[in-house]
Amino acid sequence: MGAFSAASLLITSAGCGLEESADGSSGEKATTLTVYAAASLTETFTEMGEQFEADHEGVHVRFSFGGSSGLVAQLQQGAPADVLASADTASMDKAIADGLVEGDPVDFATNTLEIAVPPDNPAEVKSLQDLSKSGTRLVVCAPEVPCGAATEKVEQASGVKLQPVSEEQSVTDVLNKVQTGEADAGLVYATDVLSAGAKITGITFPESSSAVNTYPIGSLADSKNQGLAQEFVDVVTGGQGQRILADAGFAKP
Amino acid sequence: MSRASRQVGLPTWLFAPAAVGALFVVLPLAAMLARVEWSDFVGLISSESSIDALLLSLRTSSISTLLCVVFGVPMAMVLGRTTFRGQQVARSLVLLPLVLPPVVGGIALLYTFGRRGLLGHSFEVLGIQVAFSTAAVVMAQTFVALPFLVVSLEGALRSAGGRYEAVASTLGARPTTVFRRVTLPLVLPGLLSGAVLSFARSLGEFGATITFAGSLQGVTRTLPLEIYLQRETDSDAAVALSLVLVIVAVVVIGLARVRGAI
Repeated sequence: MGAFSAASLLITSAGCGLEESADGSSGEKATTLTVYAAASLTETFTEMGEQFEADHEGVHVRFSFGGSSGLVAQLQQGAPADVLASADTASMDKAIADGLVEGDPVDFATNTLEIAVPPDNPAEVKSLQDLSKSGTRLVVCAPEVPCGAATEKVEQASGVKLQPVSEEQSVTDVLNKVQTGEADAGLVYATDVLSAGAKITGITFPESSSAVNTYPIGSLADSKNQGLAQEFVDVVTGGQGQRILADAGFAKP
Repeated sequence: MSRASRQVGLPTWLFAPAAVGALFVVLPLAAMLARVEWSDFVGLISSESSIDALLLSLRTSSISTLLCVVFGVPMAMVLGRTTFRGQQVARSLVLLPLVLPPVVGGIALLYTFGRRGLLGHSFEVLGIQVAFSTAAVVMAQTFVALPFLVVSLEGALRSAGGRYEAVASTLGARPTTVFRRVTLPLVLPGLLSGAVLSFARSLGEFGATITFAGSLQGVTRTLPLEIYLQRETDSDAAVALSLVLVIVAVVVIGLARVRGAI
């Protein structure tokens, strides 16, 4: 086991070395911009990153996608990064409080909850109220994770008492239970419904306005490429970035 | 035992990698121990959700172990005491959950017993709903733990050999009597160690459970799931609960050692 992981470490570090020399083949040393971003931004940011690389020769954008609170925890432990984009203001506030963020972060997108049902909608769900009907198997995120916190907010604001059969760890787990037909309905973000494609049908509901998730982005104080970091933030908040985000189902802040 | 008299000196170069391996296992546990907030330890582990998770884990793991014994003993007997065509293939299939990532096991169970799975519809007609129930947790645990019992017991059967059973049989004992009075007592230590391993594996089960059973306090959220969830918001509680899981595992292994099972 020890030998195995040591061997894989060797392989990874060798791989990194190769990558660097390949990037630096033009003679100059390649600059790597490291972006820490919420998992829900995986597709949109990857697209923006490719565009950014095309527009900036010799710049390699490296992403670390994950849960926002986990990303901030990594930064607190000293992980080197240039930009942080989180899926909630709470995580960004934590990073600000620790002096990790350079200047003021900018809100660049919002996301709201939608009801996700299988395409044949077996429980005939049409509204938030339908979710509390007995016999409707509802799956939500646990209150400890951001989508679950949003669910709780909607529940409190609307007065609809939800009785889920499962409180899942992540949006992916909720989607999977709905996709496989185990659950009749789930509460996930609008962007998740869109990226799930034809296997999921989304139903919007007016009560979702009581839990709007705001995504802030900011460059980091420890960044060695402040200029580039700011440029990346500008791309995300600019016309092209906003278009990509809108296509994925994000709303404007 | 005769083991001591046969002991010969080891090549000294073996000790260095052995020590590295041991450190690799022990160091992370020690590091976790160092992170425990002792001042608030009791408070962290005695929340309602933590106690629910611990009790659920103990309950489901016990039932799973029982199921492993009920099905695993006959399986090991068939594999270890008979010969039939395709035995090697059968053995490999039985051991498959050992090498499968538990998440894969969970997906497989979902497509078998889930609502739209292979058998799920028939279950639904009978009024049995497996998904999101404690039964689903037990099934996930049994699925991943069963091979541990079969492997241990089959190994014990092989090393015990069939001589005593042959003698009992020639003296007129019927197969059931041979099984009960000769085979079982002979391989009891192997059976016990297999049961302990199955219990430990059930206790630590995470991937198949979260994929197949879901996660709801008191119903399907076992201790590993609770730890993973607490980690999102309260890392101190996650560390404290991890320690509880380690303690339970140590106690189980310790009990088995006292009984001479492993």
